[in-house]
Amino acid sequence: MTARGKAFGAVLITLTLAGGLGYAGWQVASAPGSEGPPLDLGRAGSVLYVDDRDGRVRQVAAAAPGEVLGIGPACQRAYAAGGTLACLRPAAIPGGHEIAVYDAELTERKVLRVWGTPSRTRVSASGKLVAWTVFRSGDAYLFGGGFSTTAGVHNLGTGEHYDSLEEFESTVDGKVLDAADRNFWGITFAADDRTFYATMASGGRTWLMRGDLRTKRLESVRDNAECPSLSPDGTRLAYKKRVGEQWRLHVLGLATGVETALAETANVDDQPAWLDAGTIGYARSTDGRPTLHAVPADGSGAPRALRSGSSPAALAKAAS
Amino acid sequence: MYLSIIRGAATGPARAPGAVPSTVVGLGLVSLITDISAEMITAVLPLYLMYGVGVGFLHLGAIEGLYAGATAVLRLAGGYLADRLGKPKAVAVAGYGLSALAKLGLPAAGGWLPGISLAIAADRAGKGIRTGPRDAMITLATPADTLGRAFGVHRAMDTTGALLGPLVATGLIALAAGYHAVFAVSFALGLTGVLVLVFFVPTPTAPPPPRARVAPRVALATLTAPGVRRACLVAALLGLVTIGDMVLYVAVQQRAGLPAGVLPLLPLGTALTFLLAAAPVGRLADRLGRWRVFLAGHGLLLLAYLLVGFAATGWVGAALALGLHGLFYAATDGVLMAYVSPMFPTALRSTGLAAVQTAQALARAAGAVAVGAALQFTTVPTAFAGLAVLLGAAIAIGARLGRPA
Repeated sequence: MTARGKAFGAVLITLTLAGGLGYAGWQVASAPGSEGPPLDLGRAGSVLYVDDRDGRVRQVAAAAPGEVLGIGPACQRAYAAGGTLACLRPAAIPGGHEIAVYDAELTERKVLRVWGTPSRTRVSASGKLVAWTVFRSGDAYLFGGGFSTTAGVHNLGTGEHYDSLEEFESTVDGKVLDAADRNFWGITFAADDRTFYATMASGGRTWLMRGDLRTKRLESVRDNAECPSLSPDGTRLAYKKRVGEQWRLHVLGLATGVETALAETANVDDQPAWLDAGTIGYARSTDGRPTLHAVPADGSGAPRALRSGSSPAALAKAAS
Repeated sequence: MYLSIIRGAATGPARAPGAVPSTVVGLGLVSLITDISAEMITAVLPLYLMYGVGVGFLHLGAIEGLYAGATAVLRLAGGYLADRLGKPKAVAVAGYGLSALAKLGLPAAGGWLPGISLAIAADRAGKGIRTGPRDAMITLATPADTLGRAFGVHRAMDTTGALLGPLVATGLIALAAGYHAVFAVSFALGLTGVLVLVFFVPTPTAPPPPRARVAPRVALATLTAPGVRRACLVAALLGLVTIGDMVLYVAVQQRAGLPAGVLPLLPLGTALTFLLAAAPVGRLADRLGRWRVFLAGHGLLLLAYLLVGFAATGWVGAALALGLHGLFYAATDGVLMAYVSPMFPTALRSTGLAAVQTAQALARAAGAVAVGAALQFTTVPTAFAGLAVLLGAAIAIGARLGRPA
């Protein structure tokens, strides 16, 4: 290469790098409403979600999802309750992720390291318990086809840390199941900060499990119910259920045992969230973007799109 | 997790030690930049698909399956094309260029899954195409007696890029720059790698190969020459009993009793050891014999198996195991290329190197699956003891077959 050729190459390289960095800088500067009032974790009747454009948590009124009321940290997954915000985000370590726990003043109170790709996070109504699910895999670029998940719980009040539900004793229909291929995901908490529900999979089957943090035991409730979400009054569970080739949202009455299919007919791969006592919120892809939807919890009506975004979390009145 | 990527590409440290040819350092720089670009995408792709597009995890598995085999086949095609045209640099540029363009394909595809799959497949294809010609360029530019060091330098630079990539991506995500900014920076770096290759990496001077000799039949005859066949056979045999990186890390974490939160750190231990040791071990291979060092590297892996299976307790055990694992890569990755490349006539070097890499990669993939399955049905000590025995047998076979006549 001649000196002139090298100079030309150097100019091209400079232009290329300047272009890439310039674009990134422009994206940071022009992120949709990156300035705004902070999130208000005490604002009942509002919904937090993750905006897919810049990954930031934003807050809207449940009744008027168009207007953004507040803006918070960047997270892949977020959930808030009882004045606690849990935020699953990448850590500086390659392949590592972490759960940042914020209090009502949006001060980062705790960072829990996890290994895997963030999938679900939940906070108990009191704001004391934080749960997470991550996908784990050992392949180079994406995932080796099959995947495994790890779900854990941290008690902010006592500092108790449950690294993985795999360490709990699981029984299915009264029989202990301790297969090595057990996977857990999608934890949801009851109001007593002790009882929880989650999904367990083993040997190609899935079960809805009820667990107890104190006894470290899990027992099956029924099969084929994933990513449960307990209603605010604790009487009903919303979940996705495999129907043929897709997941459909259902609600189970815990006392009655009656399972109701919801009006959403599209495939939903998300942990539903109760927006209020009669409405289920969830995200599904629409036109190549994750979009928040709501559907009545009693099987009536029709789904409606709220706005683009994922990871919905409705803020109720403070639990205490 | 990361080493499977690190292994595929190749580069040397930014500082040229001693008399490593400028072509090698240049290719090292290209690999370093390209690996930052590639690993940025690796770090955010699952997140992008799940939270930027909104597809579920089942789709990720399907996308993965689409391109799994393509790299291996295209590796051979790229190698053969480079030899047939007698222009390894041109084919390498095409491979690097295809991967760079693929970075633009991801945002361009929007949420359209076939488009995303195509972009990922194009990226992997580019990687497959460029690897053989790139390694051939290293051998063409390097005197035969310092090949080990040259490959070591290249691999160390490559690893540096692989370690930096996720940091850059995570930084951009933390700045709330969005996924498109990650793709843009990745594309810019990918293109920079191509430009460095085009404008700043000297084309190694090789005798223009008589094209008639690179007919498929001739290529095949070279690949089935006794020496090459033995090297391929042994590399594949050893690959079959090589445990998948991630499986090893999980085993180390569990056996050493470390908290699960440190798992992301374990690949770093291996990578850093590899990074530091690749060049010196390559030099050692030049002096002591490359085949010997290649087999000794597998001996270190055997020690790591035994350590994990029977003695790994606490941080010291884990650090030792990771150190052995990193040294294993340093003693085998570039060293194997340095060992086999003199066996191929200059005109067939790209094809030859691609073939050896393909045999090794396919065997390692099969081995990783088999070992993963075996671990489901037995205890860790039993599985690792079994592996150590098989690995020892494979090393013994390698020592017999590889003995210089």
